[in-house]
Amino acid sequence: MGTVMPPVQWQAPEAILVGGSAGAIEVVSLLLEALPADFAPPVVVLIHLPRHRPSALDGALRGKCRLALREPVDKEPLARSTVYLAPPGYHLLMDPGPSFALSVDEPVNFSRPSIDVLFESAADVLGPRCAGVLVSGANPDGAHGLHAIQEAGGAVVIQDPEEAAQGAMPAAALALCPNALVLSAKGICRWVQQLSAWQTPNRRSAT
Amino acid sequence: MPGEFDIELPLLLEAIHLKYSYDFRRYATSSLKRRLEQALQNFDCRSLSALQERVLREPEVMRGLLAHLTVQVSEMFRDPSFYRALRDRVVPYLRTYPSLKVWIPGCATGEEVYSLAILLREEGLLERTLIYATDINPEALRKAEAGIYDLDRIADFSKAYCQAGGRASLSDYYTAGYDAAVFDKTLRESVLFSDHSLATDSVFAEVQLVSCRNVLIYFDRSLQDRAVALFRDALCRKGFLGLGAKETLTFSNQAAEFAEFVREERIYQKR
Repeated sequence: MGTVMPPVQWQAPEAILVGGSAGAIEVVSLLLEALPADFAPPVVVLIHLPRHRPSALDGALRGKCRLALREPVDKEPLARSTVYLAPPGYHLLMDPGPSFALSVDEPVNFSRPSIDVLFESAADVLGPRCAGVLVSGANPDGAHGLHAIQEAGGAVVIQDPEEAAQGAMPAAALALCPNALVLSAKGICRWVQQLSAWQTPNRRSAT
Repeated sequence: MPGEFDIELPLLLEAIHLKYSYDFRRYATSSLKRRLEQALQNFDCRSLSALQERVLREPEVMRGLLAHLTVQVSEMFRDPSFYRALRDRVVPYLRTYPSLKVWIPGCATGEEVYSLAILLREEGLLERTLIYATDINPEALRKAEAGIYDLDRIADFSKAYCQAGGRASLSDYYTAGYDAAVFDKTLRESVLFSDHSLATDSVFAEVQLVSCRNVLIYFDRSLQDRAVALFRDALCRKGFLGLGAKETLTFSNQAAEFAEFVREERIYQKR
């Protein structure tokens, strides 16, 4: 598969949001491993986890990722070159700033955190300045959120449902966002990698 | 250019404040917007303006909206390690006071109130303690006072109780009915349930412990600062403040007033 360049009028994302459920940890660790230490845009990862195994994700990702990796606290401003993991048991949202906000409202799509909640609030706050990536999962959470990002003008990418360990989540998103970019796990890595190159105006004019 | 929703939002909050004195103007916008979107569906309103019209003229709509805007889903002994730290690290200090006052602001439906009451009873402190359990939602306060929880939630509560270092069995504290567990009413003999707003009201007592978990996350920074200043003023010197696992005073203008006491459990001590 050739490299997919973002469109010319592309605006550097202030955040890259990655959602997934069953089968997502493998894809996300591949992605985080692929990001260089100077990768600038903050990456926010939300994977549904069994409620009582909160450390599963952290354990799988730490050591592979060259960027700072942590669960955000309430009102924490998004920082460059940092990967944020949605804490289990809370919805993760974005407030103007942008900074993180948390809630213990009812689960959405039987999930807390819910990908829809994160993606919709990011779309609201960041508009076209966010990118959404949805990968493997066995339930439809995230489809509406990805659609909201697309409606707000942000870039959206879906893991190929044929390739995903669980195709239901990407398939549901694809049904709502038929124009989304559909990529393999490796393609997603390459696509996200090049988002950093578009970060500064200097570099943009140099290309 | 802001969308209609973003224009109507502050107008609605202003109207609610003028008419009913509930002040949601400094709530965190992300959660507030979600809750209002649900309220629009629930009340079958096309827009926040339409909702505002009804809120201003139909007090029962305000009551329903209040439930939407303040709903919190809590659990007994949520984050067991927090309660374990209270027991192991804070209780030894609390023992030194001849009488104790504890404030639980934003107590919602009371899960945390009963958790703390049980902990204090097991430590032999409940009899000399007065717990103020406050909230702005009268319906939630009624539920908190009733102390009745769905039976299907009890298994999780019991597990958390054990992880929190419970000394007996949670079933010692409730009577199981057909589909609900009714908590021992002697637990709430030491509890005063009362209406209080962290956004508009002031301090009403001197307390040794404030436990305010997952309430501040719904406030913006300025309202958080106001609430934490209230806690500072309510706490005695060297009194304790417990926050939720993902809440911190790091970004608060009151940070210098407190020292981290059990850092990983977000337990602070007033300087």
